[in-house]
Amino acid sequence: MIEIFKDANYDFIGKKNILIVISIIISLLGIGTFFVRGFNLGVDFSGGTLVTARFKKAHDDTRLRTALVKQNIDATKVTIQPISQIGESTKNDVLIRLPQTVGDEKTGAGIDADKRAILEALTNHYTEVPVESRTNKVDINNSGSETIKNALITKAPLGGQAGAEEEYARLATAIIKHRDNDKGGLINDVNEIPSTGFDPKLIAALKDVFYASDFHILDASVVGPQVGKELRNRAIYVTFASLIGMLIYIAFRFELIYGVGAVVATIHDVIVTLAFFSIFQWEISLNVIAALLTLIGYSMNDTIVIFDRIRETLKVKRRDDLDVLSNEAINQTLSRTIITSGLTFLSVCALVLFGGPVLRGFSLTLFIGILVGTYSSIAIATPIMLWWKHLTIDRIKLAEQAKKAAKAAEEAKAAKPDKTAKSNKSEPSK
Amino acid sequence: MRKSNLRSRVFVIAITTLISLLLILYPRTTDEQGRKRTGQEMLKDFTSWTAIKANMTSHIKLGLDLKGGSHLVMQVQTDEVIQQLTTNNARQSEEALKKANIPIKAVTSPAPGQVIIELTDAGRYDEAKNKVKNEFGPEWEFSKGSATVLNYNLTTIGNDQRRAQAFHQAMEIIENRVNAFGVAEPTIQSHGPEKAYQILLQLPGVDDPERVKKLIKAGSTLELKAVVGQPQVYETKEKALQSAASSGGVAGNMEALPVDPKGGAVEGGFIVVEKSPVITGIDLRDAAAVPSRYNPQDYEIHFTLTPSGAERFGTWTGANIGKYLAVVLDGQVKSFPRINDRISDRGQITGDFTKETGEDLALSLRSGALPAKIVYLEERTVGPSLGADSIQQGVVASGVGLILVMVFMLAYYRLSGLNAIIALILNLIFLIAGLALFKATLTLPGIAGIILLIGMAVDSNVLIFERIREELRHGKIVPSAVDSGFNKAFLTIIDTHVTTIVSAFFLFIFGTGPIRGFAVTLIIGLLANLFTSVYVSRSMFIYWLARGGPKVDKISI
Repeated sequence: MIEIFKDANYDFIGKKNILIVISIIISLLGIGTFFVRGFNLGVDFSGGTLVTARFKKAHDDTRLRTALVKQNIDATKVTIQPISQIGESTKNDVLIRLPQTVGDEKTGAGIDADKRAILEALTNHYTEVPVESRTNKVDINNSGSETIKNALITKAPLGGQAGAEEEYARLATAIIKHRDNDKGGLINDVNEIPSTGFDPKLIAALKDVFYASDFHILDASVVGPQVGKELRNRAIYVTFASLIGMLIYIAFRFELIYGVGAVVATIHDVIVTLAFFSIFQWEISLNVIAALLTLIGYSMNDTIVIFDRIRETLKVKRRDDLDVLSNEAINQTLSRTIITSGLTFLSVCALVLFGGPVLRGFSLTLFIGILVGTYSSIAIATPIMLWWKHLTIDRIKLAEQAKKAAKAAEEAKAAKPDKTAKSNKSEPSK
Repeated sequence: MRKSNLRSRVFVIAITTLISLLLILYPRTTDEQGRKRTGQEMLKDFTSWTAIKANMTSHIKLGLDLKGGSHLVMQVQTDEVIQQLTTNNARQSEEALKKANIPIKAVTSPAPGQVIIELTDAGRYDEAKNKVKNEFGPEWEFSKGSATVLNYNLTTIGNDQRRAQAFHQAMEIIENRVNAFGVAEPTIQSHGPEKAYQILLQLPGVDDPERVKKLIKAGSTLELKAVVGQPQVYETKEKALQSAASSGGVAGNMEALPVDPKGGAVEGGFIVVEKSPVITGIDLRDAAAVPSRYNPQDYEIHFTLTPSGAERFGTWTGANIGKYLAVVLDGQVKSFPRINDRISDRGQITGDFTKETGEDLALSLRSGALPAKIVYLEERTVGPSLGADSIQQGVVASGVGLILVMVFMLAYYRLSGLNAIIALILNLIFLIAGLALFKATLTLPGIAGIILLIGMAVDSNVLIFERIREELRHGKIVPSAVDSGFNKAFLTIIDTHVTTIVSAFFLFIFGTGPIRGFAVTLIIGLLANLFTSVYVSRSMFIYWLARGGPKVDKISI
């Protein structure tokens, strides 16, 4: 059988001081980046509008910016970010983000004012069809099936024919299916709509009812600034609650100090992961927080495997030397730890590469988190537990030594008068 | 004994697998037109791959981020409700005192939930208190300010009750409106903490929420208010108010409302009406759009009142014959007919309604006026094309993850790796069956959760196998090594699953929608994993070893 780490015997615990120092430095650096680079908060947490649009043509930053500014959108606040596609790149997707914090609420405008402004900007500047030819027509790339159906009912190309409404409904569904499943949401031209199975009169009338713009809204989110703030707070509370939950569970299954060691290791993981997000300014969305919470639970797993083994060995060989025992435990479980983390890591790789842009934040969080988590179980959780044990055990040992010394001193005092009597006896031999 | 143990195990596993497969693949009982399908049609489904896929997807509820749709969070402004309640009570008590000829210095409502009545004559204090008793029910607390001052304060319980009432009423009205417009499977529920008065509205398939928002906002408030003085339409608000004041209107109870210009015949202007209405939307029992007698293209709204509304209306019209009544719709005066007779329980609204606008209005009147304003807090729409993309990417990623894991397990653990793979596949089947059984929603993070589970599920098997390898290294014979492996690893497996499930539980509390989907998928998957990686895996080993006889000395691991 293939075996990695068979009879492993690396000295992890011996180097524990170095490892702890390295970890502290990394954590401090991580916290430092939070202040220096800050976070790229998604609209979920900053409040504001996020529109994902798919364009017919390749992204032109200046053109889009000009279009938005013409609609009175603040150029300094809006971020435009093309979405990189891994693999096929025939789709031109762009994220348009406009944060809105509690301070800049325009009273009475409603939270979707920005979204509507962005849509207006796109409609006005990303349609090749001139304005005159599209008045009273519906944009086929940005309408739902109800809107399409109603447009047909109003224009009534089939007149008062019986069953006309059902035909319109059927055509509307067919158009939507063709647009979204076959064309990825963007129809180039109204003439492209497949006509088999429909009345030719109806198909001929389509270009009088619809026009095709050059963009398609994939999704739009508006988060009120109050909600953004609430979600921020909630994310922090739940993360703490989760950590405390873990602490209690591990303290219950092992001992308090084990729990503390595990939680400190996990906090380190969270800091390092967030540091990556800060350095590379990856967006922190709800999904990222979800991944972090998952990480907290998962990161405990490696730590538990090691602690379990330490506990098991302790039952057999009582406190020989806790350091040596722990090192043994880590080495014995090394192949287990590496393989289990490795397997989950493999799935996460699949997610990062193939999971698509919506899940990107989620997959990156786990990608980094699993790597760091494995390191921290060995380099932080166990050493902390050991450090504390030394502190407490050494104190007990010192106390015992002191007691012994005190006892010996007392016995010595009691023995003194005999000694003087003896020496008197040996003197006359001179 | 071993044999019967194995048999019962195989039985349990077979039954659970069968039930799961049924849950996933059971053919739909009704077809697209809603017609019930025959047993034959349902059986034929198993011959076609597209039909199988269609059946599978019909059992699994897809989240908005996969199906496309809108997600709206709104807040009912209950502060307004308290404000209005206070103002109304102040007004009504003032009127009651006036009618009883008790001279008042002032009736004020300095803050919501607070009404202060100042009398001029201390001698009539108790009489006054008696007169206003009806207006201030048990939710108000009375305290004597001084010899001439009566203080009424809304109790906290009363306050909360009124807010909750308005909230539930609003939710019901919105539910009716959304349902009446035929959105398939909408979700309307209370959202967040109780005192936040937030409503969550999820509309699958609706990728343009503007129409629905307009529909909800259509707070059609119908009020019948008395016209102050002569029914004169003035050009400006100021002129209207001036003239009304001079003809004896009470300053605190007057407002100038815009008049609806009908078909250009009458110029739009302002008319002064009493602020507090005689009849409000709550008193409406029914409303319908009916073609006018005179011109069938023109529609009118005919409405009927509830018994208590009818009583009040009857009394009022009876006492005010010769005066004029303004029919106010959404703050605009539609008409102001003269009261010729005592009217009790019905009335009509005329004014340029077409069949559509008339029916829309009748619907919003019927479903009731929203008791308070709605403010949107959050709005997300996902177009169906993004949903389709996401599903595709999710499936590809799952496939890749599955293959990577399978290859590794086979290479590293050989035949035992096969054991783990079978357990994993059963795990996934149980997971999907679980989702179908609990009608849990599958969201995009949920798919990510499945991919994550593929890696985590195999972890449990690795724990067991590594343990077995160790026991073998220490010289144990195969059957005992396998036993020890499972027994010793069991507690560790429980520990690791509990910690992840606990953090998934916190996720469930924290998240809404897509993240909840992830948490649920993870929890169901992990629970299923406990079953497959321990019970099923062990059963497979038992079977294997049983086949080899009692003296097995080698095992492919």
